[in-house]
Amino acid sequence: MREFLIILFSAILVNNFVLTRFLGLCPFLGVSKNIKTALGMSYAVIFVMIISTAITWPLFNYILYPRDLAYMQTVIFILVIASLVQITEMFLKKLIPPLYSSLGIFLPLITTNCAILGLTILNIDEGYSFVESMIHAVGAGIGFMLALVLFSGIRTKLEHSEVPRMMQGLPIALVSASLIAIAFYGFKDLIEQLFG
Amino acid sequence: MASQKERPKNKPPLLNEITKGVLRENPVFRLLLGICPALAVTTSVENSLGMGIASTFVLLSANLVVSLLRNIIPSKVRIPAFIIIISGFVTVVHMVIQAFFPDLNESLGIYIPLITVNCIILGRAEIFASKRPPFPSVLDGLGMGIGYTVALVSIGLVREVLGSGAILGFQFISADAYIRPLMIMILPPGGFFVFGILVAFAQKLSERIENGSSTGDTDLCAGAVNDRSACVICGGCSLGDRAKTTPMDPEQAKHHKRGDSE
Repeated sequence: MREFLIILFSAILVNNFVLTRFLGLCPFLGVSKNIKTALGMSYAVIFVMIISTAITWPLFNYILYPRDLAYMQTVIFILVIASLVQITEMFLKKLIPPLYSSLGIFLPLITTNCAILGLTILNIDEGYSFVESMIHAVGAGIGFMLALVLFSGIRTKLEHSEVPRMMQGLPIALVSASLIAIAFYGFKDLIEQLFG
Repeated sequence: MASQKERPKNKPPLLNEITKGVLRENPVFRLLLGICPALAVTTSVENSLGMGIASTFVLLSANLVVSLLRNIIPSKVRIPAFIIIISGFVTVVHMVIQAFFPDLNESLGIYIPLITVNCIILGRAEIFASKRPPFPSVLDGLGMGIGYTVALVSIGLVREVLGSGAILGFQFISADAYIRPLMIMILPPGGFFVFGILVAFAQKLSERIENGSSTGDTDLCAGAVNDRSACVICGGCSLGDRAKTTPMDPEQAKHHKRGDSE
Protein backbone atom coordinates (compact mmCIF):
# COMPACT_ATOMS: atom_id res chain seq x y z
CA MET A 1 0.00 0.00 0.00
CA ARG A 2 2.81 2.37 0.92
CA GLU A 3 4.57 1.88 -2.42
CA PHE A 4 1.33 2.63 -4.25
CA LEU A 5 0.85 5.88 -2.34
CA ILE A 6 4.45 6.87 -3.06
CA ILE A 7 3.94 6.30 -6.80
CA LEU A 8 0.64 8.20 -6.76
CA PHE A 9 1.90 11.26 -4.91
CA SER A 10 5.20 11.47 -6.69
CA ALA A 11 3.40 11.36 -10.05
CA ILE A 12 1.01 14.13 -8.97
CA LEU A 13 3.34 16.49 -7.15
CA VAL A 14 7.04 15.68 -7.32
CA ASN A 15 7.41 14.40 -10.86
CA ASN A 16 4.48 16.33 -12.23
CA PHE A 17 4.20 15.45 -15.92
CA VAL A 18 3.81 19.01 -17.12
CA LEU A 19 5.87 21.05 -14.72
CA THR A 20 8.78 18.72 -14.06
CA ARG A 21 8.92 16.35 -16.98
CA PHE A 22 7.72 18.84 -19.63
CA LEU A 23 5.29 16.37 -21.18
CA GLY A 24 2.05 17.59 -22.70
CA LEU A 25 3.12 21.21 -23.01
CA CYS A 26 1.06 21.81 -26.15
CA PRO A 27 -2.31 21.39 -24.43
CA PHE A 28 -0.87 22.99 -21.29
CA LEU A 29 -0.26 26.21 -23.24
CA GLY A 30 -2.98 25.72 -25.85
CA VAL A 31 -6.16 24.99 -23.94
CA SER A 32 -5.45 26.77 -20.69
CA LYS A 33 -7.15 30.03 -21.61
CA ASN A 34 -10.22 29.21 -19.56
CA ILE A 35 -10.93 26.74 -16.81
CA LYS A 36 -13.81 24.96 -18.57
CA THR A 37 -11.80 23.78 -21.56
CA ALA A 38 -8.86 23.02 -19.28
CA LEU A 39 -11.07 20.65 -17.27
CA GLY A 40 -12.49 19.00 -20.39
CA MET A 41 -9.03 18.40 -21.78
CA SER A 42 -7.80 17.01 -18.45
CA TYR A 43 -10.68 14.53 -18.18
CA ALA A 44 -9.96 13.30 -21.69
CA VAL A 45 -6.25 12.95 -20.89
CA ILE A 46 -6.89 11.02 -17.65
CA PHE A 47 -9.31 8.74 -19.51
CA VAL A 48 -6.91 7.99 -22.36
CA MET A 49 -3.94 7.61 -20.00
CA ILE A 50 -5.74 4.91 -18.03
CA ILE A 51 -6.96 2.87 -20.99
CA SER A 52 -3.70 3.15 -22.93
CA THR A 53 -1.73 1.97 -19.91
CA ALA A 54 -4.18 -0.90 -19.44
CA ILE A 55 -3.46 -2.02 -23.00
CA THR A 56 0.20 -1.20 -23.62
CA TRP A 57 1.53 -2.75 -20.39
CA PRO A 58 0.23 -6.30 -21.06
CA LEU A 59 1.08 -5.90 -24.74
CA PHE A 60 4.72 -5.16 -23.95
CA ASN A 61 5.21 -7.63 -21.13
CA TYR A 62 3.32 -10.61 -22.58
CA ILE A 63 3.79 -10.20 -26.33
CA LEU A 64 6.66 -7.91 -27.31
CA TYR A 65 9.22 -8.65 -24.61
CA PRO A 66 9.07 -12.49 -24.67
CA ARG A 67 9.51 -12.43 -28.45
CA ASP A 68 12.55 -10.11 -28.39
CA LEU A 69 10.56 -7.35 -30.02
CA ALA A 70 11.21 -4.76 -27.33
CA TYR A 71 12.81 -2.45 -29.89
CA MET A 72 9.43 -2.13 -31.63
CA GLN A 73 8.06 -0.44 -28.50
CA THR A 74 7.77 3.07 -29.93
CA VAL A 75 6.11 2.03 -33.19
CA ILE A 76 3.63 -0.33 -31.53
CA PHE A 77 2.76 2.02 -28.69
CA ILE A 78 1.99 5.02 -30.87
CA LEU A 79 -0.08 2.78 -33.13
CA VAL A 80 -2.02 1.40 -30.18
CA ILE A 81 -2.63 4.85 -28.73
CA ALA A 82 -3.78 6.28 -32.06
CA SER A 83 -6.21 3.47 -32.75
CA LEU A 84 -7.38 3.40 -29.14
CA VAL A 85 -8.30 7.06 -29.30
CA GLN A 86 -10.27 6.44 -32.50
CA ILE A 87 -12.11 3.43 -31.06
CA THR A 88 -12.89 5.22 -27.82
CA GLU A 89 -14.28 8.11 -29.77
CA MET A 90 -16.57 5.82 -31.76
CA PHE A 91 -17.69 3.91 -28.65
CA LEU A 92 -18.48 7.04 -26.71
CA LYS A 93 -20.41 8.48 -29.61
CA LYS A 94 -22.67 5.42 -29.86
CA LEU A 95 -22.98 4.41 -26.22
CA ILE A 96 -22.53 7.42 -23.96
CA PRO A 97 -23.45 10.54 -25.98
CA PRO A 98 -23.34 12.97 -23.00
CA LEU A 99 -19.75 11.95 -22.22
CA TYR A 100 -18.92 12.18 -25.91
CA SER A 101 -20.22 15.69 -26.19
CA SER A 102 -18.00 16.80 -23.33
CA LEU A 103 -14.84 14.88 -24.24
CA GLY A 104 -15.38 14.44 -27.97
CA ILE A 105 -13.61 17.57 -29.14
CA PHE A 106 -10.54 16.80 -27.09
CA LEU A 107 -10.08 13.13 -27.92
CA PRO A 108 -8.64 13.43 -31.45
CA LEU A 109 -6.27 16.09 -30.22
CA ILE A 110 -4.47 13.91 -27.73
CA THR A 111 -3.28 11.19 -30.09
CA THR A 112 -0.04 13.04 -30.51
CA ASN A 113 0.08 14.34 -26.97
CA CYS A 114 3.49 13.37 -25.69
CA ALA A 115 2.19 12.90 -22.15
CA ILE A 116 0.35 9.73 -23.21
CA LEU A 117 3.22 8.09 -25.09
CA GLY A 118 5.63 9.31 -22.41
CA LEU A 119 3.55 7.69 -19.69
CA THR A 120 3.37 4.31 -21.40
CA ILE A 121 7.14 4.31 -22.07
CA LEU A 122 7.93 5.44 -18.52
CA ASN A 123 5.85 2.60 -17.10
CA ILE A 124 8.03 0.14 -18.97
CA ASP A 125 11.32 1.94 -18.23
CA GLU A 126 10.61 2.13 -14.51
CA GLY A 127 9.76 -1.56 -14.42
CA TYR A 128 6.39 -1.02 -12.77
CA SER A 129 4.02 -3.95 -12.24
CA PHE A 130 0.56 -3.75 -13.81
CA VAL A 131 -1.11 -2.32 -10.69
CA GLU A 132 1.73 0.13 -10.16
CA SER A 133 1.45 1.25 -13.79
CA MET A 134 -2.27 1.87 -13.42
CA ILE A 135 -1.68 3.92 -10.29
CA HIS A 136 1.07 5.83 -12.06
CA ALA A 137 -1.38 6.55 -14.90
CA VAL A 138 -4.00 7.89 -12.49
CA GLY A 139 -1.41 9.99 -10.69
CA ALA A 140 -0.01 11.36 -13.95
CA GLY A 141 -3.51 12.27 -15.11
CA ILE A 142 -4.40 14.02 -11.88
CA GLY A 143 -1.06 15.85 -11.93
CA PHE A 144 -1.79 17.01 -15.48
CA MET A 145 -5.23 18.24 -14.42
CA LEU A 146 -3.83 20.05 -11.38
CA ALA A 147 -1.20 21.86 -13.42
CA LEU A 148 -3.63 22.73 -16.21
CA VAL A 149 -6.36 24.06 -13.92
CA LEU A 150 -3.96 26.08 -11.77
CA PHE A 151 -2.40 27.55 -14.88
CA SER A 152 -5.71 28.43 -16.52
CA GLY A 153 -6.75 30.22 -13.34
CA ILE A 154 -3.62 32.33 -13.55
CA ARG A 155 -4.05 32.99 -17.27
CA THR A 156 -7.58 34.30 -16.88
CA LYS A 157 -6.17 36.78 -14.35
CA LEU A 158 -3.30 37.66 -16.69
CA GLU A 159 -5.74 38.73 -19.37
CA HIS A 160 -6.86 41.62 -17.24
CA SER A 161 -3.44 42.77 -16.14
CA GLU A 162 -1.11 45.17 -17.85
CA VAL A 163 1.91 43.43 -19.26
CA PRO A 164 4.81 45.12 -21.10
CA ARG A 165 4.18 44.92 -24.84
CA MET A 166 7.17 42.68 -25.44
CA MET A 167 6.05 40.11 -22.87
CA GLN A 168 2.40 39.96 -23.91
CA GLY A 169 0.86 36.60 -24.66
CA LEU A 170 3.03 33.55 -24.52
CA PRO A 171 6.17 34.98 -22.86
CA ILE A 172 4.35 36.10 -19.73
CA ALA A 173 2.44 32.82 -19.65
CA LEU A 174 5.72 30.91 -19.72
CA VAL A 175 7.19 33.04 -16.96
CA SER A 176 4.11 32.34 -14.82
CA ALA A 177 4.48 28.65 -15.63
CA SER A 178 8.03 28.96 -14.37
CA LEU A 179 6.73 30.34 -11.06
CA ILE A 180 4.24 27.45 -10.71
CA ALA A 181 7.11 25.08 -11.44
CA ILE A 182 9.12 26.67 -8.62
CA ALA A 183 6.16 26.11 -6.30
CA PHE A 184 5.98 22.47 -7.36
CA TYR A 185 9.72 22.16 -6.87
CA GLY A 186 8.99 22.76 -3.21
CA PHE A 187 7.33 19.35 -3.07
CA LYS A 188 10.67 17.70 -3.86
CA ASP A 189 11.29 16.29 -0.41
CA LEU A 190 7.64 15.70 0.36
CA ILE A 191 7.74 11.99 -0.32
CA GLU A 192 10.63 11.34 2.08
CA GLN A 193 8.97 13.53 4.68
CA LEU A 194 5.68 11.67 4.40
CA PHE A 195 6.78 8.11 3.85
CA GLY A 196 10.46 8.15 4.73
CA MET B 1 16.70 44.31 -44.41
CA ALA B 2 14.27 46.39 -46.42
CA SER B 3 15.52 45.27 -49.80
CA GLN B 4 15.32 41.67 -48.67
CA LYS B 5 11.76 42.21 -47.66
CA GLU B 6 10.76 43.93 -50.90
CA ARG B 7 12.16 41.33 -53.24
CA PRO B 8 11.99 37.92 -51.68
CA LYS B 9 11.58 36.37 -55.15
CA ASN B 10 15.13 37.27 -56.05
CA LYS B 11 16.34 34.55 -53.75
CA PRO B 12 16.60 31.13 -55.34
CA PRO B 13 13.45 29.31 -54.23
CA LEU B 14 15.31 26.20 -53.11
CA LEU B 15 17.62 28.17 -50.87
CA ASN B 16 14.52 29.80 -49.47
CA GLU B 17 13.21 26.39 -48.37
CA ILE B 18 16.25 26.01 -46.17
CA THR B 19 16.55 29.52 -44.79
CA LYS B 20 12.89 29.99 -43.90
CA GLY B 21 13.13 27.36 -41.16
CA VAL B 22 16.03 29.07 -39.45
CA LEU B 23 14.50 32.44 -38.67
CA ARG B 24 11.27 33.46 -40.36
CA GLU B 25 9.44 30.23 -39.61
CA ASN B 26 11.64 28.97 -36.82
CA PRO B 27 9.74 25.97 -35.47
CA VAL B 28 10.35 26.72 -31.80
CA PHE B 29 10.35 30.49 -31.50
CA ARG B 30 7.92 31.40 -34.29
CA LEU B 31 5.63 28.43 -34.85
CA LEU B 32 5.90 27.21 -31.24
CA LEU B 33 6.00 23.58 -32.20
CA GLY B 34 7.97 20.83 -30.53
CA ILE B 35 8.47 22.71 -27.31
CA CYS B 36 8.32 19.68 -24.99
CA PRO B 37 11.84 18.48 -25.80
CA ALA B 38 12.91 22.09 -26.30
CA LEU B 39 12.46 22.59 -22.58
CA ALA B 40 13.16 19.12 -21.25
CA VAL B 41 16.57 18.31 -22.72
CA THR B 42 18.11 21.77 -23.00
CA THR B 43 19.96 21.69 -19.70
CA SER B 44 23.26 21.77 -21.58
CA VAL B 45 24.52 22.58 -25.08
CA GLU B 46 25.64 19.01 -25.61
CA ASN B 47 22.20 17.52 -24.93
CA SER B 48 20.52 20.18 -27.08
CA LEU B 49 22.85 19.45 -29.96
CA GLY B 50 22.23 15.70 -29.69
CA MET B 51 18.47 16.18 -29.63
CA GLY B 52 18.61 18.66 -32.49
CA ILE B 53 20.62 16.36 -34.74
CA ALA B 54 18.42 13.36 -33.94
CA SER B 55 15.28 15.37 -34.73
CA THR B 56 16.83 16.75 -37.92
CA PHE B 57 17.59 13.26 -39.15
CA VAL B 58 14.02 12.11 -38.47
CA LEU B 59 12.56 15.25 -40.09
CA LEU B 60 14.67 14.84 -43.19
CA SER B 61 14.01 11.14 -43.70
CA ALA B 62 10.32 11.34 -42.82
CA ASN B 63 9.86 14.24 -45.24
CA LEU B 64 11.62 12.28 -47.99
CA VAL B 65 9.57 9.10 -47.52
CA VAL B 66 6.27 10.93 -47.09
CA SER B 67 6.95 12.92 -50.22
CA LEU B 68 7.83 9.80 -52.22
CA LEU B 69 4.66 8.06 -51.03
CA ARG B 70 2.42 11.10 -51.32
CA ASN B 71 0.42 9.71 -54.24
CA ILE B 72 0.10 6.23 -52.75
CA ILE B 73 -1.15 6.94 -49.23
CA PRO B 74 -4.94 7.40 -49.24
CA SER B 75 -5.81 10.75 -47.71
CA LYS B 76 -8.19 9.25 -45.14
CA VAL B 77 -5.48 7.27 -43.38
CA ARG B 78 -2.63 9.64 -44.03
CA ILE B 79 -2.07 10.76 -40.43
CA PRO B 80 -1.66 7.19 -39.06
CA ALA B 81 0.56 6.38 -42.05
CA PHE B 82 2.76 9.41 -41.34
CA ILE B 83 2.98 8.45 -37.67
CA ILE B 84 4.15 4.95 -38.57
CA ILE B 85 6.81 6.29 -40.97
CA ILE B 86 8.04 8.76 -38.36
CA SER B 87 8.11 6.23 -35.53
CA GLY B 88 10.08 3.84 -37.74
CA PHE B 89 12.82 6.43 -38.22
CA VAL B 90 12.70 7.31 -34.52
CA THR B 91 13.35 3.67 -33.71
CA VAL B 92 16.37 3.72 -36.02
CA VAL B 93 17.73 6.86 -34.35
CA HIS B 94 17.07 5.42 -30.90
CA MET B 95 19.00 2.24 -31.68
CA VAL B 96 21.92 4.18 -33.18
CA ILE B 97 22.15 6.44 -30.12
CA GLN B 98 21.90 3.43 -27.79
CA ALA B 99 24.72 1.70 -29.63
CA PHE B 100 27.17 4.54 -30.21
CA PHE B 101 26.35 7.27 -27.69
CA PRO B 102 25.30 5.55 -24.46
CA ASP B 103 25.94 8.72 -22.41
CA LEU B 104 23.65 10.77 -24.60
CA ASN B 105 21.06 8.01 -24.40
CA GLU B 106 21.28 8.18 -20.62
CA SER B 107 20.73 11.94 -20.46
CA LEU B 108 18.04 12.21 -23.15
CA GLY B 109 16.11 9.22 -21.77
CA ILE B 110 12.49 8.93 -22.84
CA TYR B 111 12.71 12.08 -24.94
CA ILE B 112 14.30 10.10 -27.80
CA PRO B 113 11.26 7.85 -28.42
CA LEU B 114 9.12 10.94 -27.85
CA ILE B 115 10.53 12.50 -31.04
CA THR B 116 7.70 10.48 -32.61
CA VAL B 117 5.09 12.84 -31.22
CA ASN B 118 7.08 16.00 -31.89
CA CYS B 119 4.56 18.26 -33.63
CA ILE B 120 7.12 19.69 -36.05
CA ILE B 121 7.77 16.41 -37.80
CA LEU B 122 4.14 15.43 -38.29
CA GLY B 123 3.36 19.04 -39.08
CA ARG B 124 5.95 19.27 -41.86
CA ALA B 125 4.86 15.91 -43.27
CA GLU B 126 1.25 17.07 -43.39
CA ILE B 127 1.73 20.67 -44.47
CA PHE B 128 4.71 20.40 -46.77
CA ALA B 129 6.00 16.97 -47.74
CA SER B 130 2.62 15.42 -48.57
CA LYS B 131 2.05 18.04 -51.26
CA ARG B 132 5.49 18.59 -52.78
CA PRO B 133 8.11 16.60 -54.68
CA PRO B 134 10.96 14.90 -52.77
CA PHE B 135 13.77 17.39 -53.35
CA PRO B 136 12.10 20.52 -51.90
CA SER B 137 10.72 18.33 -49.09
CA VAL B 138 14.18 17.19 -48.08
CA LEU B 139 15.41 20.79 -48.14
CA ASP B 140 12.43 21.85 -46.06
CA GLY B 141 13.20 19.09 -43.57
CA LEU B 142 16.83 20.15 -43.46
CA GLY B 143 15.97 23.82 -42.96
CA MET B 144 13.41 23.12 -40.25
CA GLY B 145 15.84 20.72 -38.58
CA ILE B 146 18.60 23.32 -38.57
CA GLY B 147 16.18 25.91 -37.22
CA TYR B 148 15.10 23.49 -34.51
CA THR B 149 18.71 22.69 -33.60
CA VAL B 150 19.64 26.37 -33.50
CA ALA B 151 16.69 27.04 -31.20
CA LEU B 152 17.54 24.13 -28.89
CA VAL B 153 21.20 25.08 -28.73
CA SER B 154 20.41 28.72 -27.96
CA ILE B 155 18.12 27.70 -25.09
CA GLY B 156 20.73 25.18 -23.95
CA LEU B 157 23.51 27.76 -24.12
CA VAL B 158 21.68 30.27 -21.94
CA ARG B 159 20.72 27.59 -19.43
CA GLU B 160 24.16 26.03 -19.26
CA VAL B 161 25.98 29.35 -18.92
CA LEU B 162 23.64 30.67 -16.24
CA GLY B 163 22.87 27.37 -14.55
CA SER B 164 26.19 25.59 -14.31
CA GLY B 165 28.64 28.30 -15.37
CA ALA B 166 30.00 26.26 -18.24
CA ILE B 167 29.92 25.96 -22.03
CA LEU B 168 30.00 22.46 -23.50
CA GLY B 169 31.23 21.15 -20.16
CA PHE B 170 34.06 23.70 -19.92
CA GLN B 171 33.69 25.29 -16.51
CA PHE B 172 34.40 29.01 -16.37
CA ILE B 173 32.64 29.88 -13.13
CA SER B 174 33.80 27.60 -10.37
CA ALA B 175 31.23 26.47 -7.86
CA ASP B 176 32.89 28.25 -4.92
CA ALA B 177 33.53 31.56 -6.69
CA TYR B 178 32.07 34.82 -5.44
CA ILE B 179 29.42 34.71 -8.18
CA ARG B 180 27.76 31.32 -8.05
CA PRO B 181 25.92 29.77 -11.02
CA LEU B 182 22.13 29.98 -10.74
CA MET B 183 21.24 26.36 -10.18
CA ILE B 184 17.55 27.09 -10.83
CA MET B 185 18.28 27.65 -14.54
CA ILE B 186 19.02 23.99 -15.18
CA LEU B 187 16.01 22.92 -13.12
CA PRO B 188 12.54 22.77 -14.75
CA PRO B 189 11.43 26.29 -13.63
CA GLY B 190 14.49 27.77 -15.36
CA GLY B 191 13.49 26.05 -18.58
CA PHE B 192 10.12 27.81 -18.67
CA PHE B 193 11.72 31.11 -17.70
CA VAL B 194 14.51 31.11 -20.28
CA PHE B 195 12.13 29.98 -23.02
CA GLY B 196 9.63 32.70 -22.11
CA ILE B 197 12.29 35.41 -22.31
CA LEU B 198 13.69 34.07 -25.59
CA VAL B 199 10.20 33.95 -27.16
CA ALA B 200 9.72 37.56 -26.10
CA PHE B 201 12.95 38.52 -27.88
CA ALA B 202 11.97 36.51 -30.97
CA GLN B 203 8.62 38.33 -31.09
CA LYS B 204 10.35 41.67 -30.76
CA LEU B 205 12.88 40.80 -33.45
CA SER B 206 10.35 39.61 -35.99
CA GLU B 207 8.20 42.63 -35.27
CA ARG B 208 11.13 44.87 -36.12
CA ILE B 209 11.94 42.92 -39.29
CA GLU B 210 8.38 43.07 -40.51
CA ASN B 211 8.11 46.76 -39.59
CA GLY B 212 5.50 46.26 -36.92
CA SER B 213 2.86 44.97 -39.29
CA SER B 214 0.50 43.37 -36.77
CA THR B 215 2.84 40.54 -35.88
CA GLY B 216 1.68 40.55 -32.31
CA ASP B 217 0.21 37.12 -32.92
CA THR B 218 0.27 36.19 -29.31
CA ASP B 219 -1.84 33.19 -30.20
CA LEU B 220 -0.31 29.77 -30.00
CA CYS B 221 0.59 27.72 -33.01
CA ALA B 222 1.06 30.49 -35.47
CA GLY B 223 1.54 27.69 -37.96
CA ALA B 224 -2.11 26.84 -37.54
CA VAL B 225 -3.08 30.20 -38.91
CA ASN B 226 -1.83 29.34 -42.37
CA ASP B 227 -3.02 25.78 -42.38
CA ARG B 228 -5.84 24.62 -40.22
CA SER B 229 -4.67 21.03 -40.10
CA ALA B 230 -1.67 22.08 -38.06
CA CYS B 231 -3.83 22.67 -35.02
CA VAL B 232 -5.12 19.10 -35.13
CA ILE B 233 -1.65 17.71 -35.16
CA CYS B 234 -0.33 19.79 -32.41
CA GLY B 235 -2.35 18.38 -29.52
CA GLY B 236 -4.86 21.09 -29.00
CA CYS B 237 -3.09 24.31 -29.81
CA SER B 238 -5.36 27.21 -30.72
CA LEU B 239 -8.38 25.24 -29.57
CA GLY B 240 -8.58 27.53 -26.57
CA ASP B 241 -9.79 30.48 -28.60
CA ARG B 242 -12.30 28.63 -30.66
CA ALA B 243 -13.80 26.81 -27.71
CA LYS B 244 -14.26 30.10 -25.93
CA THR B 245 -16.21 31.82 -28.67
CA THR B 246 -18.19 28.98 -30.17
CA PRO B 247 -18.00 25.46 -28.88
CA MET B 248 -17.31 23.22 -31.84
CA ASP B 249 -20.10 20.73 -32.35
CA PRO B 250 -18.97 17.11 -32.65
CA GLU B 251 -19.76 16.79 -36.34
CA GLN B 252 -17.79 19.88 -37.14
CA ALA B 253 -14.95 18.67 -34.97
CA LYS B 254 -14.90 15.45 -36.88
CA HIS B 255 -14.91 17.31 -40.16
CA HIS B 256 -12.18 19.56 -38.94
CA LYS B 257 -10.16 16.56 -37.79
CA ARG B 258 -10.25 14.85 -41.15
CA GLY B 259 -8.87 17.99 -42.63
CA ASP B 260 -11.54 17.89 -45.33
CA SER B 261 -12.29 21.53 -44.80
CA GLU B 262 -9.61 22.58 -47.23
